[in-house]
Amino acid sequence: MSGTLLGRVVGGSLSEGLEVRLDPTVSVERVVQGTYVVMEGRLQKFFGMITDVLLGSSNPQFTLAPPDMSDPFIAEVMSGTSIYGLLKVQPMLVVHQDAALPQDRTEPVKTIPSHFSAAATADAEEVSAVFGAEDDKHFYIGRPIDMNLHICLDLERVAERSVGIFGKSGTGKTFLTRIVLAGLVRQQAAAVLVFDMHNEYGWQGTSEGGKAGVKGLKDLFPGRVVLFTLDPASTQRRGGRPDFVVEIAYDEIEPEDIEMLRESMSLSQPQVESVYRLGREYGDRWLGVFLDAAADEIEEMGRSLGLNPGTLQVLRRKFDRYLVDLGFVKPRVADDSVKRILECLRTGKSVVLEFGMHGSRLHAYILVANILSRRIYDAYRQQKERAMAGQGEQPRSLVITIEEAHKFLNNQVANLTIFGTIAREMRKYNATLLVVDQRPSSIADEVMSQIGTRITCLLDDEKDIAAVLTGISGASSLRGVLARLDSKQQALILGHAVPMPVVVRTRDFGPDTYSEFQFPERTEDESPAMQEIRKTFGL
Amino acid sequence: MTDGEATTKIGEVIEANTTGFVAECYHLHCAPDFGSFVAAVDGAYEAYGVVSNIQTSSFDPGRRALARGQDEAEPEDVYRHNPELPELLRTQFEVVMVGFADSRNGAPVASSAQGGGVRVGAVRCYLPPLPPRLHAFVYACRPDVITDLTAEFGFLQTVLSTSLGAGRGANEELVAACIRQAGDGRGYDYLVRAGKELAQLLVNDPPRLNAILCRLTR
Repeated sequence: MSGTLLGRVVGGSLSEGLEVRLDPTVSVERVVQGTYVVMEGRLQKFFGMITDVLLGSSNPQFTLAPPDMSDPFIAEVMSGTSIYGLLKVQPMLVVHQDAALPQDRTEPVKTIPSHFSAAATADAEEVSAVFGAEDDKHFYIGRPIDMNLHICLDLERVAERSVGIFGKSGTGKTFLTRIVLAGLVRQQAAAVLVFDMHNEYGWQGTSEGGKAGVKGLKDLFPGRVVLFTLDPASTQRRGGRPDFVVEIAYDEIEPEDIEMLRESMSLSQPQVESVYRLGREYGDRWLGVFLDAAADEIEEMGRSLGLNPGTLQVLRRKFDRYLVDLGFVKPRVADDSVKRILECLRTGKSVVLEFGMHGSRLHAYILVANILSRRIYDAYRQQKERAMAGQGEQPRSLVITIEEAHKFLNNQVANLTIFGTIAREMRKYNATLLVVDQRPSSIADEVMSQIGTRITCLLDDEKDIAAVLTGISGASSLRGVLARLDSKQQALILGHAVPMPVVVRTRDFGPDTYSEFQFPERTEDESPAMQEIRKTFGL
Repeated sequence: MTDGEATTKIGEVIEANTTGFVAECYHLHCAPDFGSFVAAVDGAYEAYGVVSNIQTSSFDPGRRALARGQDEAEPEDVYRHNPELPELLRTQFEVVMVGFADSRNGAPVASSAQGGGVRVGAVRCYLPPLPPRLHAFVYACRPDVITDLTAEFGFLQTVLSTSLGAGRGANEELVAACIRQAGDGRGYDYLVRAGKELAQLLVNDPPRLNAILCRLTR
């Protein structure tokens, strides 16, 4: 054990955490919550994290009548014997020291070290052995608070299950998301589809404090990222060159999509039912037919379908205001945007869809994200089914990134939107979600439980903290860690992609470090298929 | 006692039991210090203990000494004018045993380097199987034996549990005196270690702990 000796394990349990009595030579003021601890048991080594620091006394009477600590002799005698420091340590991993294996094997902890096992701070070597070194699969995300080493995320595992990035507004969610996305794109662990509500990921975004713009994915990886936009004017104003403009045809909108917008369009129950009735009557064409109808035709339509003409009139006005007004929703479109997006994803390119000024209209974001994701979901499912039948390749890993996720995944609409389905079962079809949100408590439990990796910045609402920690072992002890994160550049990562929860100071993402993310463009070894795609899309 | 001849005899054992003995001084008022370490030596057998009580009284338990100095200028004058007094009075001291050495099987008596060991003749820090015989001579302990006896703090438990008897004050004084004696020449660190040991032994009695600690350095 090469770290500093902290003390000895004197009690505790697997579920509630261990108690380590601090060695008298170590001042309680030098011990920091979140520090990693290695406990040398008799048979194996245990890895844990300090979750709490306590003051103990051997007798409650000391608290009632404190000894005279101004006397240096009494102070020296008392410290470490009658009064002492205690650490709460949550055991997390057990390291099997198997001589036959080149590297120590770690497993989630299922037991605890025996009485009076020595506990020491983990040194850099031990920590990096647990998290893995930076390589093709492992992507450096940040440093532990008190150590100068790189904590890496296992990108394959990130893409394997849904990921949640949470945190209060202004705590660095967007930066963190950029870093994770850059990692996924750079290492080609998965194709990424970003529904970029605030135009932050594709082309230059803004940093907190309103300084110079921050490079987006398209800036960093021009060859691997395709920029789609719903609002080409806005993208161009910001100096971006969109590769494609997305338009939605009336017949792509289904009654379910409208129901999902119930809240943002303030639709009543009869109005929603009318929409379904229209859908049943006219099939795919329902919206076109309804929007083409003149006022008297709507009256007639209402009578023939047994619907209240008044309700239909109101509905029509709302559609005019909320849908037709959007600009990108058109009776007919020349280009099938979804098909284009799918083609990009199929070749392993990542797609950023900028919403431009539509980003501020929540209903536009929900509508587009839902429609596109639904079709992608169908395509992935079909491809996977064909692959299972031996008639094609497995679909590439895809990570769909959505912001303000609680609007899609709250209890009321989680089962209506495609995102609930994606979160629950699309893992089977090699696609997962990356949800970015500031109110994790509003996300439906059913969806939350499917989020494998949770990266969370500071949260201070009790409900949000509880939501993030649901289903994590040793959650109660992590609660304190989470509530005491710095409000900037610090995040707690837990779940599937890391062997154990870790607090990191996230790596910098700015002009000084772009080169760490970028890599030299390799045009000479581009495959013929890639060149073909370039030509097709004019890239 | 090999180099015991260098130290003078203080007295001899006049009463003994498993945990301690009583010795009478050869000279009136010449008892060893309260809390100091003494050895009852009987050939190759030595029992070590801590002086826990010193008493000077009349030989005849039924007769108390009388006050005689009303017309004297100094207490010393009382003795000068009453030369029979040393024959009528005696000084006794009680010793609580904390260890022994027994080299009757032929092995030499322990030196400080063998302190606390299990070899024949080594200093052992627990009660002897038999108390010293009556009339064993009592000497002040040699410094090397004291070092062996008090290298570990086993003696503290014995001394802490010694009752000084009704009306003779609490035993915190004894513990503190004994540690001061043991710590003589060993520096501050020894006192701190002893203090930490006491803190563990007296975990349920903070006032007592405090009372002893206050008597160690002030």
